[in-house]
Amino acid sequence: MKLHELAHARAGDKGNTLTLALIAYRAKDYELLLREVTEKRVAQHFKGVILGAITRYELPQLHALQFRCEAALGGGVTTSLALDPHGKSLSYALLQMEISVPAA
Amino acid sequence: MGIIHPMNNSLRIGCGAGFAGDRLEPALVLATQGALDYLVLECLAERTIALAQLERLKNPERGYDPLLEKRFEMLLPAIKQFGVTVISNLGAANPIAAGHALIRLARKLQLNITVAVVTGDDVLDRMTASTLTLETAKPLSDYANIISANAYLGAEALLPALALKPDVIITGRVADPSLFLAPMIHHFGWTPDDWERLGRGTAIGHLLECAGQVTGGYFADPGKKNVRGLAHLGFPFAAIDADGSAFISKVPGTGGVVNRQTVTEQLLYEVTDPTAYITPDVVADFSQIELHDLGQDRAALRGARGKLRTDTLKVSVGYRAGWVGEGEISYAGPNARARAALAGEIVSERLSELAGERLRELRIDFIGINATHRTDFAAGMEPYEVRLRVAGRTEDRETAELIGREIESLGTNGPAGGGGFRRWVTEKIGVVSTLIPRAHVQTKVTTMSTEDSPEHIDETA
Repeated sequence: MKLHELAHARAGDKGNTLTLALIAYRAKDYELLLREVTEKRVAQHFKGVILGAITRYELPQLHALQFRCEAALGGGVTTSLALDPHGKSLSYALLQMEISVPAA
Repeated sequence: MGIIHPMNNSLRIGCGAGFAGDRLEPALVLATQGALDYLVLECLAERTIALAQLERLKNPERGYDPLLEKRFEMLLPAIKQFGVTVISNLGAANPIAAGHALIRLARKLQLNITVAVVTGDDVLDRMTASTLTLETAKPLSDYANIISANAYLGAEALLPALALKPDVIITGRVADPSLFLAPMIHHFGWTPDDWERLGRGTAIGHLLECAGQVTGGYFADPGKKNVRGLAHLGFPFAAIDADGSAFISKVPGTGGVVNRQTVTEQLLYEVTDPTAYITPDVVADFSQIELHDLGQDRAALRGARGKLRTDTLKVSVGYRAGWVGEGEISYAGPNARARAALAGEIVSERLSELAGERLRELRIDFIGINATHRTDFAAGMEPYEVRLRVAGRTEDRETAELIGREIESLGTNGPAGGGGFRRWVTEKIGVVSTLIPRAHVQTKVTTMSTEDSPEHIDETA
């Protein structure tokens, strides 16, 4: 299943650092996100895009995860050659990620 | 303020612009129907001030936001009628000239206004060659052609201006949440070391600062997150109590939506550490915030915290970062992907021969396949059409021009069936950051009034 089924997301930028907020639509899916969307899985998914360290913050009361992704914006918004230098669209690259969901 | 507020004693602050190019009308809706005390217009992105500084170098009367007159021609009559004070950073690189422009505009509209202008963010004269950047830890001497250096001022710089009760406060670089926190401190009399309340106020400011991004803008995903009325999106306001608790809402009847989901997305937007959101005023902690839907497009927040502020202010340094040349051409129908790939190879080979060292970096994207996300997340899918995009960073304008010309010449020298060619050349302004001790930054408030003789300006330290 794609993360898009279970969660919504927003990307943000600070210099060359990308932030990705991942928010479960239903509070009960938070545990699944916590288990499936690890720093390691995100690093694999964004191979070649996020070049630096990834740090995950857990926000259970918001049923949300926040990822800080370093060296992810082609050197930074102001000088990047990318079509989307802010990486704003990368929220939906995260939602493209496949996760395994236990049978109901 | 002459208006009965729906929530007794609560302070109401709206956000009428979230970036320089934002829509004009939502601010007027807030000013006339929002029962606001303060209306903030956030119009100054990281790089905007460096571009404005270039404008000021060309013309000493410019260097402020080019939409200032357009925004205020609409707003001034409303804020006078409804007793709303406007706070805006659209002074950009020339807040004093922005103040004069506002006074001129008010005279033309036959309105009496006072304007308080906050300056002191320009710290270019305090930058030295050995100052280190936060991003690369390299000295500023590595960056030729520095244009501007502006410190992020905090809420305290605005307090003397608020005490004068002007109609409009104009600033240059001020940290975005501080534009909202300042009127809270002023109104409720919070002390400068009440870190918990400053943390709560900062969370509210952070939620408001991107305007429509908390009221359902930048949120819709048809079928998953449906939002009505985005063509007439309502911008947000917060109703804030003396203890720093608040709810976020919008004017009834406007488009958009405010709920836990919209507020959660904005709360985490651009936050690199939810436990330590550093502003000039406080180190805020958003990690324990709880959100509650109150219904009718109202979402309450509580639980933001704060800790002792840092000893330094962040400084944005703008520099000339060379040129960028871009060109695009489309291929569609059978074998579109392979023809676009061949075109990319041809341009790449030509540019490496013709530009050599003057081409610092080259990027080849296939729009429709891998351009937006910079990689191909749907590998192997054969698109009906592909748009080749070639972008390069260059030392000089001439080399940048070459990139678009090489795309253009694919028209007769490249693969079959290319069309829809476009090209651009832009000078790039880069931004790096550094820190400056607070003691090295002195701020000042300058007041102006339509009652003044045209030459008179009152300066108070």
